[in-house]
Amino acid sequence: MQTTSDEALIGRIAAGDKLAMQVLFARHHVRVYRFVLRFVADPSRAEDLISDVFLDVWRQADKFEARSQVSTWVLAIARFKALSALRRRPDEELDDETAQAIEDQSDDPEVAMQKKDTSAVLRQCMTKLSAEHREIIDLVYYHEKSVEEVSKIVGVPENTVKTRMFYARKRLGELLKAAGVERGWP
Amino acid sequence: MNTMFKNKAAEREEIEALLPWHAAGTLSRREADMVEQALAADADLAAQYATVREDLAETIVANESLGAPSARAMQKLMADIQADASTARRARSSFNFGEWLSERLSSFSPRTLAWSATAAALAVVLQAGLLAGMFVNEQKGTSFQTASVQSGETIKSGTYALISFSPQASVADVTKLLESYKIAVIEGPTGGVYTVRLALTGMPKEELARTVKKLQDEPAVRFIGPKPTE
Repeated sequence: MQTTSDEALIGRIAAGDKLAMQVLFARHHVRVYRFVLRFVADPSRAEDLISDVFLDVWRQADKFEARSQVSTWVLAIARFKALSALRRRPDEELDDETAQAIEDQSDDPEVAMQKKDTSAVLRQCMTKLSAEHREIIDLVYYHEKSVEEVSKIVGVPENTVKTRMFYARKRLGELLKAAGVERGWP
Repeated sequence: MNTMFKNKAAEREEIEALLPWHAAGTLSRREADMVEQALAADADLAAQYATVREDLAETIVANESLGAPSARAMQKLMADIQADASTARRARSSFNFGEWLSERLSSFSPRTLAWSATAAALAVVLQAGLLAGMFVNEQKGTSFQTASVQSGETIKSGTYALISFSPQASVADVTKLLESYKIAVIEGPTGGVYTVRLALTGMPKEELARTVKKLQDEPAVRFIGPKPTE
């Protein structure tokens, strides 16, 4: 079965087609929500933000030039909105604490280690990464963004993207080591 | 020799940096082939790649555990779009007759819906009539006029009224009424009221009053009044 491409949907949205907007929203809103939730750590606020993100898509659809994937463009808008929302509330700066607040249900690394659940230890260690490192890991692994696309979303050069990812992995390895999981690298 | 070693080291670093994207399947074909070859030849790199794949798997699990937004997000978005100034602007600049018609029809009762369909059909016939008229005029070999000017003049020169139909009126009732009075539906409904053309030329006041009175007595008509001149 063939589905309408995101680019075709954007063309229809630019012409005022609300149904196309609903289709695009249905296609991307969960991933955008999860991306935004990483920043604001508040489900209700994240919901409001994704509505704002897609409203911007509605307003700016005629300006979309297809230089990147539609999902990359939407994530870039989402990132900007989330950071702006955090700036409006300086007491909720994007720090490690905020990033961890949304994912503290699992056991501490030590407790998980005792249970010999390496996967849980790994996930727990991920929450201890800096927001910058966590963001790039999410964009590459979960959102499946290429070096070029991450560069567009985060607004840094492609080499910086590669370096940042490398250090994020290195830091994750160190955290795992500290939690008793030796993976041989770094 | 030293340069070659440095190049090899730099190449390995470059490939090492690309491992996450290779695992995610977002490299170009050329880069992916390069990484594959290096993985086949370098056991340490292959071991490192295994950890990358673990990280990828757990990142997906962690994100999937974040849940999904409620239906409220979509509702808020659609309400915001409805209220947005750009929506009205786009609606004005690209009028979609089909969408306009379907939006209106969806809000009507079945009976009203039925005669609305008739009205829509008549509107199509009217448009066809206008086109035919334009064609005939063109054949007469008169001076050039744009179609929009011609239709605009036709509309301005007629006699118009505002009408709403009785909810009890059937399609047949409305069709019969429109045919017997030679009425054409021009636009609407706006709040259940249509603009109709009673005559192609301007009617004298007395004749208009008589026609309106006669129509008002028709059971299919709920309300009718002369359209105020703009």
